[in-house]
This record gives sequence, structure tokens and C-alpha cells, in this order.
Amino acid sequence: MAEPLLSVRNLSVTFPNRSGDVHAVRGVSYDIAEGEFFGIVGESGSGKSVSSLAIMGLLPDNARLSGEIRFGGRDLLELDDRQLSGIRGHDIAIVFQDPLSALTPVYTVGDQIAEAVRIHDRAVSRQAATARAVDLLRIVGIPDPVRRASSFPHEFSGGMRQRVMIAMAIANNPRLIIADEPTTALDVTIQAQILEVLEKARAITGAAVSLITHDLGVIAGHADRVGVMYAGRLVELGTATEVFHAPTMPYTIGLLRSVPNIRTAGSERLVSLAGRPPSLGALPRGCPFADRCPLAIEVCRQVEPPLVPPTAAGAAAHPAACHRADEIASGKIGRAEVFPVADAIPASARVPRGAEPVLSVRGLKRHFPLLGGGLLRRPVGTVRAVDGVSFEVAPGRTFALVGESGCGKTTTVLEVMELAKPQEGEIRVEGTDVATLGRVERRTLRADIQMVFQDAAAAVDPRLPVGDVIAEPLLAQRMPRADRDARVAELLELVGLDRGMAERYPHEFSGGQRQRIGIARGLATRPKILVLDEPVSALDVSVQAGIINLLEDLKVELGLAMVFVAHDLAIVRQIADEVGVMYLGRIIEQGPIAEVFGTPRHPYTQALMSAAPIPDPAIERTRERIVLEGDLPSPAQRIDGCRFRTRCPLYRILDADARALCDGVDPELEPHGDARVACHHVDRNPLVVA
Amino acid sequence: MILYIVRRVINYVILTVIASCGAYMLASATMNPAFPLEQRHPRPPQSTIDSLLDSWGVNPQVPLIERTATWFLGTLHGDFGIGVNNHPVADALFSRAGVSLQLLIVGSILGAVLGVILGVWGAVRQYRASDQFVTYGSYFLIAMPTYVLAYVLMLIAIFVNNVLGFHLLAFVGPYSADQPAGFFPQLWDRLTHIILPTLVLTLGAAASYSRYQRSAMLDVLGSDYIRTARAKGLKRGRALVRHGVRVALIPMSTYFAYSFGLLVTGATILEIVFSWHGMGELSVISIQKEDVNSIAGSTFFVAVLILCSSTLSEILNAALDPRVRR
Repeated sequence: MAEPLLSVRNLSVTFPNRSGDVHAVRGVSYDIAEGEFFGIVGESGSGKSVSSLAIMGLLPDNARLSGEIRFGGRDLLELDDRQLSGIRGHDIAIVFQDPLSALTPVYTVGDQIAEAVRIHDRAVSRQAATARAVDLLRIVGIPDPVRRASSFPHEFSGGMRQRVMIAMAIANNPRLIIADEPTTALDVTIQAQILEVLEKARAITGAAVSLITHDLGVIAGHADRVGVMYAGRLVELGTATEVFHAPTMPYTIGLLRSVPNIRTAGSERLVSLAGRPPSLGALPRGCPFADRCPLAIEVCRQVEPPLVPPTAAGAAAHPAACHRADEIASGKIGRAEVFPVADAIPASARVPRGAEPVLSVRGLKRHFPLLGGGLLRRPVGTVRAVDGVSFEVAPGRTFALVGESGCGKTTTVLEVMELAKPQEGEIRVEGTDVATLGRVERRTLRADIQMVFQDAAAAVDPRLPVGDVIAEPLLAQRMPRADRDARVAELLELVGLDRGMAERYPHEFSGGQRQRIGIARGLATRPKILVLDEPVSALDVSVQAGIINLLEDLKVELGLAMVFVAHDLAIVRQIADEVGVMYLGRIIEQGPIAEVFGTPRHPYTQALMSAAPIPDPAIERTRERIVLEGDLPSPAQRIDGCRFRTRCPLYRILDADARALCDGVDPELEPHGDARVACHHVDRNPLVVA
Repeated sequence: MILYIVRRVINYVILTVIASCGAYMLASATMNPAFPLEQRHPRPPQSTIDSLLDSWGVNPQVPLIERTATWFLGTLHGDFGIGVNNHPVADALFSRAGVSLQLLIVGSILGAVLGVILGVWGAVRQYRASDQFVTYGSYFLIAMPTYVLAYVLMLIAIFVNNVLGFHLLAFVGPYSADQPAGFFPQLWDRLTHIILPTLVLTLGAAASYSRYQRSAMLDVLGSDYIRTARAKGLKRGRALVRHGVRVALIPMSTYFAYSFGLLVTGATILEIVFSWHGMGELSVISIQKEDVNSIAGSTFFVAVLILCSSTLSEILNAALDPRVRR
């Protein structure tokens, strides 16, 4: 075998810390071959980003590194900053996670790309570098690259900025591109575009790619080989097929079963990994996963297993760091049996769900004036954030709103939470029109409708003990102190925390636990309706499953009506009963989840479904994607006729007559099957979601 | 963008008018301009006092609004009334403005440049000995009243002059009483006079600038785009200057307008300590003499300075930050 392009041997990274050193990476070894697509998966804090920044030599000065990183015949750890600067951006390039902050705001994107060219070759003239920048922008699919090269980063959308980052990365035809969570901050439709660009960049430059992500679906579709990281170590390493279809390390097995799959979600409960990853500052003896592992035996708590192929299963098996890998690889322990699946709430304990909706929204509109920047600030346009949305939710049911960011889903629920007369339309809670409420009645009604926010860390006051955080809505409802304490204890247990935790402060809890606190606060007043705005999107995959299971249980146990806002379609399919797909302030397809996601009829729903990655390499590689072009138009833009036609994949293949209808008439929601769809051409839609 | 700046300038002009009319009204309402005349020996007849007060436009018998309006309309064509010394205030403003501006312009530019450099340096070397030195040094300067610093520097200057054996550093007025002949000797003479007061002004300004710049730079140091610049292959120093300092300067343009006001206050005290006959001295003297027109005139001067520095800071801000340009 030829010498690998990159060879990492026994790499360790330690950050000194007053309260004990943090061992972020602990003896990681892997190779990347020329032109290979290597994937590293892991949750936050697993050391996946740190190990990649170590390759670039971009860790903070206080990091202590040991081991070896061989690239092009040299050990990168031996080089000084000047030598490394020659390699960075020239031989090894990197694409970072957050495109919004990764570009310097004060230079044009053309200048920033040209700079990347000229750093490594002073002989290139300014004009030639600018011309090259324009070429690169064209390659990564930026429309009108000549003009856009002289635009500043803030004039680009997130997806477009990530394209610019890729253009910068391939400017010098690198041999290795490290992509560190390149699509995490983006919508699924844009994610699909960016991954396509990344594949294209790889094809043009012939570079190897090291893709770091927490998203198993993204890895499944692209990586040849996969490394799974946990607590600073690689715990499983193999081809994508091996890792996804024959995982051997219990952590990998659990991770794969904790993510819902958009095709099958909702049919069975998710596996939720108990506990959380150990602190890298104080690692226990033995296997770091032992505390969360149902297979853990005595030796697991004594000795940390090395990453070696299981011996019993023959030479073909891929390495996994587990003392019981032999038993798993040989089939003595069935992979499906490793993690027990918690039972759903028995039918007897369920609150019978009522037929009458507790929340009904009719023709809701919310427009914001757009002020001009001239001498007089007069309105120059209207942002139609919510433009006629209707839905209802019955007790014990979940209604989900999905769509790209900026489609108006959050504005819709915030408008509902106002409990005030909307600009247009009608909101009824338990049959009462909220426009008719007085101040006192509104406060009483607020007990019936509560909200859980996306970022639990930001939505909880860090200076209050969690008991007080949870009791806050009760305080607003003027409940006496003794009753409040009892209720808080009850709530903590309800969401799977200990009663005794009421005295602790939010920073002592993990992300998943904080979201449980947020849910407990939402449930404090025994609401009939719970509104959840992206409640799991900030959480790690293995923790998400626990929250989703909890919400499913609470729904049936308490007979809650839930409004669930999310952009992750698989999670929505797992949890929702009905769904509304939003686009530019409107619901364009609405109905029972199985109907809408089983047979999507609107081209936008089809594109969303098609863009959602599936954590299975066999499926991912054979899928044909419907990739949407461009970004979500600004909601201030006026589009006549159907709003989706500017990006519609169906519109592009229609004949002129059919298009005329899309151009001229704004489609209404019409019944099709069990769902309602706002598209003129449902019957002639040949697009099939693979 | 032009429209935006025009809108801001209009705002500032309105503020300038309000500030100087306000100063005029406040001075007129609280002061007794007749007092110095009444103290003369022999006391001039009341009719003389009244006619003098009338000619200055400060007679308390006339309603305040009317006096203010007369004064304001006068300023529109450069007439700032007559001071208690019976000379037009406009002449004094004109000759003194130049003296003050010498100090202010040199001091604010040097202070800003030095402060930015020290701030960036401190941020890049955060918590090392050099950063600690700059930090404590600047707190020391900020805590010290201007005149204390001025006298300390004077003592040092005397020491330096003694060691050198000739008067290198002068600290009375903007130039020597007996001017040397020739352009270069005159320039040298002025330099030896301007060094000390400018140093006081610069040190004070640089101390507070460096604090703001340091924290702005620290914000930028951890940012993703510095990492991107490094990942492109820029060496540390170049990445910090080209992508770091350039962005960290943006908030400073706002601070520039604000700090200029503080600088003017500091300069007022300096002019008295160093016997410069500038605008600051004028305002102090005119308060002592209950000279309403001169007070209003010097307030007007400061308001115009603030107007200019604010406009400059808007323009700087737009020049530095493409996100506010449109």
C-alpha cells in the first residue's frame, strides 16, 4: 500500500487547567489516503475538532501536543509557525463550521479569496489573483461571480458564505481539505447544496477530505471510511458500510439507534443513551463509556480497551475499542439487544384525547414594516413573516411546523403566545377568542399555554436555583410558597430529574438536563398546550433521543396538545401527529404526518424530504436528490402567483401553459388524499422522493 | 450612506444650536453682568451702566428670550456680541481658537494612535508582564487629575533642563516672549513649548484609548475569521494586523467622538497651568468676570468641536465598516 497522505499517530492534546488538565484528545491514530473521503463522527467534546485543528497547528498556545502527524514526509508537530504557514491553505485547507463569523467582515470576499492565492505565491499579480477569485466563486456556484466578488460577507447568506469558504479552501489546490462541521449551521436544503459543492471541489482538486460532523446521515452519504470518537479517543474505525451496518462498539450501536430516520421515524421508540460523556478533566479509570454502557462488565471499569480488530470474528473485522467486541462481532450479543428500549406509556395510563381542538389558529398574519435608510425613515416595504396560517391542535396530539429558517415558523408560535389580537386572523384557546380577553383573563389563560425554548442555557436565568426557575410561572399565577415547592419536586421527577436538584444552579447541569428543566418550567402550571421551539436542535444526538422520548410520554400521560417547531424532518416525523410545512409565511402542505411525509405532494416538501440525510450508507449512495436551487427569498420580496415558483423543481420542467398558472395564481391549500396541498400541479408532479 | 451622514450632521447642528443657546440662557439667567461695572470706583452712573449693558446685549431688563434670540441671530452672521472688555467676542474666539486647536488636534491624534498601539499590544500579550505594565500604567494616568500630571511633568522638565544645561523644555505659553528670528528657530521655539502640554494631553488620552482598544482587540482575537486568516496561511502577526486590528478599530471610531469632549475639558485646565491664552482660559476668565457673551461664545466653540469630531467619527465608522455603508 502506498504511503498515506496523512498519518496521525498516537496524537494527544492536553489543555492545562487549574482544576486539572483537560485531556481533549488521548492517543488518536488514523490514516487518510490520497483522495479519500474520511469521516469523523462524535458528539461535542469528543475531541473531533481539536484533533483536526492540531493538524492545522491552530490550537491555542497553551495546548500541549504529543504524538506524530506525518504529512508529505514531515512531522507537522515538529514544524514552527513559519513552516506551518506555508502548508496551511496551500497543502491542507480547512472549512469551518460557522460561515457567518468565519469571514472578515471588512474585506470583500474577492479580496479574501485573492489573499489566499497571493499568500502562497507572491508572483501572482493582484489582477490575476482577483481573476482567480472570480473563477473560484463560479466553481462553487455563486451566481454573477464578477459582481459578487466585490461584495462584503454580510451581503451573503449563510449558505453562500460557506461556498465562499470552500472557494477559499480550494484556491491553491490543496491535497487535504478538512471540513469541520461545514453544514451544521445551515438548513437541510442548503446543507445538501454545500455537500454537493464539497464533492465537486474534491473532484476538481483531487484532494482528500476529512469531514468532521455529529450528523450520522451526512457521513453516511459521503464518507468512504469513518472514525467514531468518544471522550478524546477513536472508539471505532472502519468503512462506512462496516460502521453503519455492523457497528461493534456499543457507543456506535447506541448512537445509530438514537437518531430517527426520516423514512421509518415514529414507528418505534428511540434508544436514549443514559448519562452523558465523562468530563475530560477527570476521566474515570477504564472505558470512558462504561457508565452508560449496558454491556459493561468488571474489566470495563478497570482497563480502557485499545482500538483493535476483534480477534474472534476473523481478519475482516474492523477495529473497535471494546472489551466485548468479540461477542458483538461474532453475533453472540445481538446488536439490537444491546440497548433496552423504554416501553411506551401503557394505554391504561393514557389520558383519552379529546376531539375538540384546544388551540385553533385561523388565517393568522403578521407583517412587519421595513423602514428605509434615507433622510426620512419611511416604510419602503413589508416583511410578510406570517401570511395566513391556519391549524388546530387537539389534546394528546402534536402539531409540528417545519421549514427552512426564515419561513416564519417561530414568528407564528410567538404570535400565538402573545395571546393578543393578531394583526389579522383569529386565535382561539379552548374555544375563547384571545382578542376578546381582558388583562386578568389573559393572565389566567396564560397558565394553559406555555413555551419551551431552543437554547435551554440561554432561556434559564443562571443566577436562580433551578427550583426557582421552575417555580416562576407558578409565581406569576400567585401560588402559595408551600404548594410551589411541592409542585417543583413533582415536576423534577416528571421530567426525569431528582427532587433534590431544586437547590442547584443551572450551570451544574448538562445541556440535556437543562432542556428538561425548561420543559419542567413549561409544565409547571399544568398547561393544556405546550409550545416547543426547536427544543432539541441545540442538543447532542445521544441526548436528543431522551428528550424526544420524554415529550412523547408527557403528551400521552398528560394529554398535552403540543405545537412543535423544528427544522429536522426526521425528528418531526418521530414526534408529530400532524404537520404543516411552511414556506415564506404560508403553510404549503398540511395533514397527518404519515400522509405528508409518506407521500409528499408539494415539490417543496419533496425537496425537503429528499435533502434530509439518512444515516444509512446503502440508501444514501443510491438516492437521487431533488436539490433546491438558491436560498430562501427574502420575505420582503413580492412574488406574484405561487411563492415557491422561483425555486420550484417542478416549475422548471413544466410547459409554458402550466407555468402561466403558477405565475399568475397564488395556490390555496386544496385537499389531496388525507392532506391539503397548495400546488396547482399535484396531479402532474412526476418528482419522486428517493 | 451620504444621506445617512447628512441626517446625522443635521442632528448635530441642531444639537449645537441647542447647546450654545442653552449656555447663553443659563449664563444670562444666573450671572449679573452689571456686577463688575458696579464695583468700579467711582461707581459709574446707572445710565452709563445700562447703556453699556445694552450695547453688549446683556441687559437683564430685556426679556431672556429676546436677548437669546438677538444673540443667536447675531451668531448667524459671525457676531458673538461684545465682551466685558468692550472688544467683540468673535475676535477673541478667532485668535484663541488657533491656540487651543494646536493643543487639541496634536494631542487627540497622538493620543488615539498611541492608545490604539498600546491597546493592541496589551491584548496580544494578555496577562504577560508587558500587558500588566500598560494596564496599571494607564489606570495610574486615568486616576491622576490633569493638573497633577502637568506639574509632575514640569518638575521632570526642570530636572531635564538642569541636566542638559539649557532650556530644552519650556512651559510658559505657546512661544517665548522674545521670538528668535528666522523660520526654523521660530519653529524650534514653538516645538519646545508645545511638547510638555501635548505630552500631558496625549498621555491622558492614550491611557483611556488603550483600555477600550485592548478590550475591542480581545473580542476580535478569539473570532473565527482570525482563525480563517491563519488557516489560509497568514503568519500570526500579519493575520492579527490585517484581519484583527482592522476590525477592532471599528468601535474606536465611536469612542473618538466621546473622548474628544473629555479632551477639551482636560485642555481647559492645561491652558491655565501652562499659561496658554486659549479657549479654555477664556471660558474660565469669563466665568470669573460674569461675561455672558464670552461664555456663550466659548461654549459655542466647544459645541462646534464636538459637532466636527462626531461627524468625523461617523465618517470614520463608515470608512472602517462596510456593514454600515449602504
